[in-house]
Amino acid sequence: MSVELGLPATAEPGTFVRLGMVRRLVKKPTVIVAVVILAVALFFAVFGRLLAPFDPNYSVLDMINMQPFQSDFILGGDRAGRDILSRLMFATANSLGGAAIAVVVSTLLGVTSGLLAGYYSGTIDAIGAWVSNVIQALPGIIVLIAVYVVAGPSTVVSMTVVGILFAPAYFRLVRNVVIAVRNELYVDAAKVAGLSDARIIGRHVLVVVRAPIIIEMAFVAGFALVIQASLEFIGLGSPENPTWGGMLQDSFNALYISPLAILWPAAAIILTVLAFVLISNAVRDTLGDPRNSAGRKRRAVQVDAQTQVEASDAFLSVSNLSIAYPLSAHETREVVKGVSLEVNRGEVLGLVGESGSGKTQTAFAILGLLPEEAIVASGRIALGGRSLLGLSEKQLNALRGNDIAYVPQEPMTNLDPAFTVGQQFDFAMRKKLKLTKAQTKERAIALLARVNINDPERVHGLYPHQLSGGMAQRVLIAIAVSCDPALLIADEPTTALDVTVQAEVLDLLRDLQRERSMAMILVTHNFGVVADICDRVAVMKDGRVVETGDTRSIIREPQDPYTQLLLASVLDNAPMRAPLDAEKETAS
Amino acid sequence: MTGAHETLLSIRDVVIEYKRSGWRAQPNRVLHSVSLDIREGETVGLVGESGSGKTTLGRGILGLVPIASGTVTYDGRDITHVSRRERRGLAKEIQVVFQDPYSSLNPSLLVSDILSEPLRAAGVAGGEARARVKDLLDRVGLPTDASHRYPSEFSGGQRQRIAIARALALEPRLIVCDEPVSALDLSTQARVLDLLVEIQERTGVALLVISHDLSVVRAVCHRVAVMYHGEIVEQGTTAQVIDDPQHDYTKRLLLAAPVSDPDEQQKRREARRLLNETALAADRESVGA
Repeated sequence: MSVELGLPATAEPGTFVRLGMVRRLVKKPTVIVAVVILAVALFFAVFGRLLAPFDPNYSVLDMINMQPFQSDFILGGDRAGRDILSRLMFATANSLGGAAIAVVVSTLLGVTSGLLAGYYSGTIDAIGAWVSNVIQALPGIIVLIAVYVVAGPSTVVSMTVVGILFAPAYFRLVRNVVIAVRNELYVDAAKVAGLSDARIIGRHVLVVVRAPIIIEMAFVAGFALVIQASLEFIGLGSPENPTWGGMLQDSFNALYISPLAILWPAAAIILTVLAFVLISNAVRDTLGDPRNSAGRKRRAVQVDAQTQVEASDAFLSVSNLSIAYPLSAHETREVVKGVSLEVNRGEVLGLVGESGSGKTQTAFAILGLLPEEAIVASGRIALGGRSLLGLSEKQLNALRGNDIAYVPQEPMTNLDPAFTVGQQFDFAMRKKLKLTKAQTKERAIALLARVNINDPERVHGLYPHQLSGGMAQRVLIAIAVSCDPALLIADEPTTALDVTVQAEVLDLLRDLQRERSMAMILVTHNFGVVADICDRVAVMKDGRVVETGDTRSIIREPQDPYTQLLLASVLDNAPMRAPLDAEKETAS
Repeated sequence: MTGAHETLLSIRDVVIEYKRSGWRAQPNRVLHSVSLDIREGETVGLVGESGSGKTTLGRGILGLVPIASGTVTYDGRDITHVSRRERRGLAKEIQVVFQDPYSSLNPSLLVSDILSEPLRAAGVAGGEARARVKDLLDRVGLPTDASHRYPSEFSGGQRQRIAIARALALEPRLIVCDEPVSALDLSTQARVLDLLVEIQERTGVALLVISHDLSVVRAVCHRVAVMYHGEIVEQGTTAQVIDDPQHDYTKRLLLAAPVSDPDEQQKRREARRLLNETALAADRESVGA
């Protein structure tokens, strides 16, 4: 039990997820700038009324179109001789207030309807989608002019309408996220646990849509500010209250007499909108990439130490291979630690281990498919006497297919959904074997027949989504052997398949391997698969090969305690459970 | 405990259909008239391949998919079409452990919140719920300080223990376990199954274990039902079904599961090929006739 219960030590249990997000955000300079701008704007929105040196409507004839920094009116006077600075301060509350109304209205309407439509779907969803489409089809500016005509100059009314016009954006966003969350098992578990719908939505669903809503809110705030200013600029604002848009219009009319006056309201609008957009983008970036992207550089697979090529008779020989991943600038974590393997022609080697044992990493290193940040810290991989490490991508490409081929775990995700089965054969064969189109088709159909696909001509023209999992895996195997590879690496090739299909696919792999006397590495966690098909086994644990030998001796007389533990966990050997009544009798 | 094992859950002629997209499209019938009984304190295994309908039956019992016809009776009470409100009341009786311990725990909630949630929903006060969470963690072999952590800090096996603790929170009499160990590593699988059996022996809870893996079912179930194409083709005690299978599909399923002994596996492989060939020949004959 101790193996499983080794909990990672965390400095601040419980709080690190949320803190991490805020901390990553605050690190970004753009966020700091944006937060400072918004803080200043908010400060003036709240205290501008008290701090303003003059009443916004106090007008002095001498100050008409006064230049800035020349009088008590620090930023100068406007067309009517009023203090621009005071008006700007008063206007902050009106402009931000208007944006706030739009944000609140759109969020309330859009999020509520989106949650309901996404969670209940059906009729509610259909009605929601219909209303949302109608609102989106409305020409916004005409609606706002019409509202102005009916309701008169009121910021509250016009910004409420803006809020309604923005609601569909939230509706779509929230609805789509909720539909994805609704199918999560934890929502089903909550239903079974007896939670009411309101509680499920509040606890499990809202948490997930929280971040996208924040992003959208910042964006809508900026956009609402622009719309509000535009409305006021074309004269649809309320004249008694100073607003940024209204001031813009005022100064625009006196542009030739006092050109600087337009700068102040324009700067206020631009800076505030910019701050909202920056915050929205920063939150999106932070959520999109869980790791801090700043420190990560892409680089080619590194080979730190290339040990001298020793003579080895084996067809494939891996010696002392170590693979590490960088954790930070100075630290690395080794996932494969000095692994040595040998595979001969016509031999099947089983690479067995649990998740995290490094078996897939080892296989990928042989294929030259390690992710770019991986570092091959030491070791050597040789195929037929030729070293594979340190080859360029072009040289590796020349090897893949002809010399090494790969059968993946998930058949469906490894076929390109945009191409037919036949086209996927073509890619490999026309490049590698230099065949004509007619020749590849003939060969592909022969191979499909070989992997026991009924009606290979029809399957040749099908798209991957038209195949079952077992069929897709057969197709992948056929593609893998299409260029006569000398080494086939199969990574858990049957894990995603049903047992009856698994048995057939294993039969096929075994027959093909014998026919072509290929060398094969089968990565698996299943000892049944090992017993079925492998000649030799290497057992891996924590990046090391703990034991290697022929299949019979490893399974019958495992020497390493870990192999013994694994074999003891195989349920075939567990005692069968007795019927309930018999159990009862023995108990009493 | 009562002397005899009373029937706890009785499934009779249950049919489940999924709507197809398109107007007036015929629904897709995934379960055809399935009947199964689970007695108190019994573990029943439901075996089948993907698409056989075994998960759908589990979801039907839990009320997560509607039942088209037939009845599900729990403790003498018809629960086939209970309202959402009544279904919430059943949370104290029937619980679930899902296959995937990654998506069955909300990643943004603390373990203590995940475990206290069903308790709070059932009206247990905050302080008592906290005490019960400690007790639950203890019962599934997790340290108490696990409650202040997020699911992402645990391994697959530990997460599945959390999911089992959540299922135990309301002390149900039946737990539906949908592929409880298929996402776990071999050595972890054995430990989680041991835990399930131990909990069952201690609390007398009945389990419906849905699995594609016969060896899992063999190790933990008193009785086994085999599903194929939406029907139960065979059921009986574990020994009956596994040692003396009657239905062709059960035979094929048993022979297809590889065993870890090379010689034994070779025999199985030959037996399976023979069975397939005879089945194929029989098919050809029936087509010819």
